[in-house]
Amino acid sequence: MLKHKDVLGLYDLSAEEIDEILSVGMSMKKLLKQNIKKLPHLQGKSVTTLFYENSTRTRCSFELAAKYMGAHVVNIAASSSSVQKGETLVDTGKTLDAMKNDVIVIRHPMGGAPRLLARTVKAHVVNAGDGMNEHPSQALLDMLTMRENFPSIRGLKVAILGDISHSRVAKSNLFGLTKLGAEVTMYAPRTLLPTGIDKMGAKVCSSREEAVEGADVVMGLRIQLERQHAGNFPSLGEYAKFYGVNEQVMKYAKEGALVMHPGPVNRGVELTSALIDGETSRIEEQVLSGIAVRMAILFLLTKQEI
Amino acid sequence: MVIKNADVVLKDGVKKLDLRIEEGRIAELGKGLKGEGLDCTGLTVLPGLIDMHVHLREPGFEKKEDIASGSAAAVKGGFTQICCMPNTRPVTDNKVVVSYILNRAKEVGLCKVRPVGAITEGQEGKNLAAIGAMKAAGAVALSEDGKSVLSTGLMANAMMYAADFGLKCLCHCEDASLVDGGVVNEGYYSTLTGLKGSIRAAEDVIIAREICLAESLSLPVHICHVSTYSGVQLIREAKARGVRVTAETCPHYFTLTDEVIATFDTNTKVNPPIREERDRLAVIEGLKDGTLDCIVTDHAPHHEDDKNVEYALAAFGISGLETSFALSYTQLVKGGALTLCELADKMSGAPARILGLEGGGIAVGAPADLTIADLNETWTVDPAAFVSKGKNTPFAGREVTGRVKYTFVDGELKYREK
Amino acid sequence: MQPVIMDADGMRRTLVRLSHEIEERNEGFENVVLVGVKRGGEVVAQRLASLIRASGRGELPCAGLDITMARDDLVSAFILPEAEKNELGFPLENKTVVLCDDVLHTGRSAVAGIEALFRLGRPAKIQLLVLVDRGGREVPVRADYVGKNVPTSKEEYIKVQFRELGHGEDALTITRR
Repeated sequence: MLKHKDVLGLYDLSAEEIDEILSVGMSMKKLLKQNIKKLPHLQGKSVTTLFYENSTRTRCSFELAAKYMGAHVVNIAASSSSVQKGETLVDTGKTLDAMKNDVIVIRHPMGGAPRLLARTVKAHVVNAGDGMNEHPSQALLDMLTMRENFPSIRGLKVAILGDISHSRVAKSNLFGLTKLGAEVTMYAPRTLLPTGIDKMGAKVCSSREEAVEGADVVMGLRIQLERQHAGNFPSLGEYAKFYGVNEQVMKYAKEGALVMHPGPVNRGVELTSALIDGETSRIEEQVLSGIAVRMAILFLLTKQEI
Repeated sequence: MVIKNADVVLKDGVKKLDLRIEEGRIAELGKGLKGEGLDCTGLTVLPGLIDMHVHLREPGFEKKEDIASGSAAAVKGGFTQICCMPNTRPVTDNKVVVSYILNRAKEVGLCKVRPVGAITEGQEGKNLAAIGAMKAAGAVALSEDGKSVLSTGLMANAMMYAADFGLKCLCHCEDASLVDGGVVNEGYYSTLTGLKGSIRAAEDVIIAREICLAESLSLPVHICHVSTYSGVQLIREAKARGVRVTAETCPHYFTLTDEVIATFDTNTKVNPPIREERDRLAVIEGLKDGTLDCIVTDHAPHHEDDKNVEYALAAFGISGLETSFALSYTQLVKGGALTLCELADKMSGAPARILGLEGGGIAVGAPADLTIADLNETWTVDPAAFVSKGKNTPFAGREVTGRVKYTFVDGELKYREK
Repeated sequence: MQPVIMDADGMRRTLVRLSHEIEERNEGFENVVLVGVKRGGEVVAQRLASLIRASGRGELPCAGLDITMARDDLVSAFILPEAEKNELGFPLENKTVVLCDDVLHTGRSAVAGIEALFRLGRPAKIQLLVLVDRGGREVPVRADYVGKNVPTSKEEYIKVQFRELGHGEDALTITRR
């Protein structure tokens, strides 16, 4: 059982809670794989997705997860500009609460916004990504994919390469994986590596090869073109050449090491096409894990009420 | 009237004395003085505290604070004189606003309010504000507080022109291009929370610039709210080679470290940001060795509407007048960094010297600006009990020692604890 | 010693009789299909099908049915089912479904079985067959074919053993909780 009213980040969740979400997620995935997608648990419940940033992928995943469990789903796409000009988040939250929403799934460009909302509303709040803070459901789906492919997450070595500075995914994965006993290595250009990440349990490496050495899982993180314009690196081409993961780099990993990426992926930048489409890629698998783990989160949060 | 049996904080020590007030001034100091009076057995009399850096928000932002509520908060916090920053609306960049503030403060009649004028018109960093006229109307210093004057050339001119009128520039040090939207100190906790960080250099490069200007022009300069260990060191080195630089810091910089942002409590959002333990210790060391001359509150009251939003959108600032003395006493005197006399100098004597204000010490003939406190009373900070309109404090629930009981301004009792 | 209410031999004789009752009531086996509630009921259905086939009376379509997704306590107890996708392999339209189960007690499983059938199609008729009716109904359900009536108390429990499920010899026994 989850001890928190909300799922705001993996920093807050205990290893037991993470483990429980993953266990329920495994069951959900088993059902989904058999194409069973009609569970009754959220019948008569309302789930609102409140997205202040565009993200078709994450929003669809949450929407399907809620619908597969019988919930009424409302999608609110608030533009980023309305964060500054429109109604305050607190007031929006109060309105959604007054409408008797049971769960609010929020994506917001500013760190801590889901926490502010959670403090305001009675509804359960699920963080679908807040600024550079956390993206717990993405990390949980990554971990679910790992758990399916390995006997245990404990003892796994996971290498994360890419834009770690601006990646809430990297941080959520770091918190979750280390809580479950995995080892996390990281490599990125210094301009895309956040201060103090080494003190949070990551082993920061000085080369691709060192990061990938002996890894069970190699995860690429999206490099956004904006970062090039911001002067974080000269060009995507140069990034690919010196920081991207290719077949040569993968030779340092364990034989058959899995390739993962939260998507959307820049082919030939973070990962080569051969790796993306290869035998060891789990990128498509991650998508179904995403629905399963989001169903598990909704299931466990709503379960608190009985 | 006579204040009896108090521990009186003088320049060179604390003495059990009586103190006679006549016509607003201290008329006599001695033992066994006769006359009607206030028995202050067990209490301590300090020179009236002076805060040279507050925001009173009036005119323009009366929802956050006004001169009446700000003055009430000041005397409750033991302050007899406060200097208010010019980021009002309209900006305090002309004699009309300066006069308005002085008149309102007189009507309110609690503490002495000393306006600080803007350096440039509208704080826009383009043309110099009406510096001479503001001085004539009663401005005691100049500041662009809330930001720095971007153009170094203009800043040099401002310092020179201000000097002709005997005014100092109080410099808020912040390189906007380095801050670049940062809202907290860049470090472990900015990464943990994903809040955008700002590196120490964003503050330090402008501290260094102002020091260079002061040195090069042989003029005095004052550095506002120093928060970094490196900034303290820059000032220490400058002082050592004779640059006429003075500097201030605030209770939050020597009390808190940036782990307080982990809860996303917007009351911890302040500019410059709360930094790390290394900085906190350096600020205390700076106060100890005289690098940092004085303690100010940077009292920045805000309405709840400005704080009950996303951290990145929340207003910067801490409502500090009602907690400053207790925090400073607890942290610095009880913490062993300063003696009580030294604290009195940081919070009264030094600001008076820096700005050439009357007061700042207890002596026969000086204005009877007095702060009487119980240094043994321990209490818990409760923002709901603030008289300031700004309840924004990161210290809610904190236990502190030292409670202001009475505040006298020019011999008149302006605050008495209920 | 646990009281045995049906041994292997008894079970065979009961199933033979039940197969005749099905044939009699439906005037033959035309349009009759056997569906067994997993997993005990599925065994019952398979046994009946092979009996009928062996006696040369007919070839009945037969399948197992997972009823966990139709359980009435999924929401109230917030149970996450370990379900299998139901694929019978034959259509239910215009068929007479003989829904087979091993033990009939509260009747809730039978209702779930009927619900699960309706999710798969619209049979012409549904008849309920059970090996044992132990009483204790909580919903208005009645079996059309009963192997044996064994009234029991709440403290008692009927243990079902089938060779197919790796339980050794076939047997139905009463145990106390």
